[in-house]
Amino acid sequence: MPDEGTGEESRANASVEHVFREERGRLLAALVRRFGDLDLAEDVTSEAIEAALARWPIDGVPERPGAWLLTTARRRAVDRLRRDQAYAARLAILQAEAEREGEAAPAEDGGLPDERLALFFTCAHPALAAEDRGALTLRCLAGLTTPEVARAFLTPTATMAQRIVRAKKKISRARIPFRVPASDELPARLPGVLQVLYSLFTEGYVASSGPHLQRADLAEEAIRLARILHRLLPGERETAGLLALMLLVHARRAARTGPDGALVLLADQDRALWDRPMIDEGAALTVQALTGGPPGPYGVQAAIAALHDEAADADATDWSQIVALYDVLLAVTPSPVIALNRAVAVAMRDGPQAGLDLLDALADDPRLRRHHPFFVARAELLTRLDRVPEAVTAYRQALDLAGTAPDRAHLLRKIDALTRPGPP
Amino acid sequence: MKYLLLIHAGAADESGAAEGCTPDDWMAYDKQVRDAGILVAGESLADLVTATMVRVGPDGERTVTDGPFAETRELIGGFYVIDVPDLDVALEWAARCPGSRGGGAIVVRPIADFGA
Repeated sequence: MPDEGTGEESRANASVEHVFREERGRLLAALVRRFGDLDLAEDVTSEAIEAALARWPIDGVPERPGAWLLTTARRRAVDRLRRDQAYAARLAILQAEAEREGEAAPAEDGGLPDERLALFFTCAHPALAAEDRGALTLRCLAGLTTPEVARAFLTPTATMAQRIVRAKKKISRARIPFRVPASDELPARLPGVLQVLYSLFTEGYVASSGPHLQRADLAEEAIRLARILHRLLPGERETAGLLALMLLVHARRAARTGPDGALVLLADQDRALWDRPMIDEGAALTVQALTGGPPGPYGVQAAIAALHDEAADADATDWSQIVALYDVLLAVTPSPVIALNRAVAVAMRDGPQAGLDLLDALADDPRLRRHHPFFVARAELLTRLDRVPEAVTAYRQALDLAGTAPDRAHLLRKIDALTRPGPP
Repeated sequence: MKYLLLIHAGAADESGAAEGCTPDDWMAYDKQVRDAGILVAGESLADLVTATMVRVGPDGERTVTDGPFAETRELIGGFYVIDVPDLDVALEWAARCPGSRGGGAIVVRPIADFGA
């Protein structure tokens, strides 16, 4: 990084930062589209940004920075291809294409056609290993560096670098196409892209391991990408639903942890700390997600989150509506975790025994046996029924499975409160 | 770009045919691949009991054995080599192949291109 220099210089640097964040994905997508090579596109994108860092403080920031970067990057790519004899044939084809297209029809803003949608689908292609899709999306679309991606997934940088290389190699050698699926393929392919973004978000929201309960930066990155996707596919209701769900959950971030970093359950959260504008935005998107056809799973989950967010406190929550929404959700995507959440909602509506009966009916499902929230829910209901020894056992089972330090601390406090001698 | 579709047949029934597809299905698929003009090569392999394995050790000694015998699911029944623009198109053809049904699977492998 250059030193803080004159006002003009730092303004230029801030400008480059901004362009880097906002335009990097578009730039990369446009170059991948043109040259069909992710590695080459990444290299020249970085070179163009370096060139901007060198030129803009002297020449001033160009009027259309995105177009400036694209032109610079494209020239560098052509230079490289020219030097590389093996690419000579490809270069001839590219030049012929470029002449036919003219100088690519500029989009209304900034002159860059937005080809990020194709990149979303490429990064989330089902032919790539599931664990690589999120990493590649962060790398290519969010513009994170490999060490940043590694940190996001709590993976050593060398391991992450290998995974990204492997994924890029598969894209180029197996020729996974850079393209937006046709409208008849979209229903099959879009859920994969949404899944990648939702996994990034949940990894940020409830880190699966490590010292911190939430990593807001990763959740925010997922929201930023979901906003882009929603802008690119405004008519897809599940995209709106996913963005709504993320906003409605993320709105509670400040209330989710206490001053010591410990977990605060939804019922105990200080709702004054919730982000109201974010809730309003999420609620509006939920309406959009549920209007005009049968609801999808993200839309329904967003509706459930909205009901929680709109209640003044836990008791004022519309539990009947929430149970009804879980019924809808179970019909759309049957899953034991959804059945578990529904059981908790039933307990809030009809009392702890009703909820416990439902949980006991789920106890044999192998998918819940390693799922610590199942044992937490069981323990809470047993506590409310004054079945203390059983509740302690359930908390201990949860403790064996819990991943993060705050989770574990929360459970230990619960066990301690139940086993402490003396009047409750 | 050329892709190999390696057909891993599903569990065979008593008559030796894989579940979920008939000889007619195979003939229809074969015709589709030919008509589409993408066929480079394709063969159906004879019964696995006819397979023989050859190995040459570091001393140059040749070992010939009967086999290999595999569990039915891992049995390679045949292959196609097709020439299509990209992986999505190759996957589309693989999914249409009768061998992908009834517990079978198609492994799609791009063919290495050592030319320019």
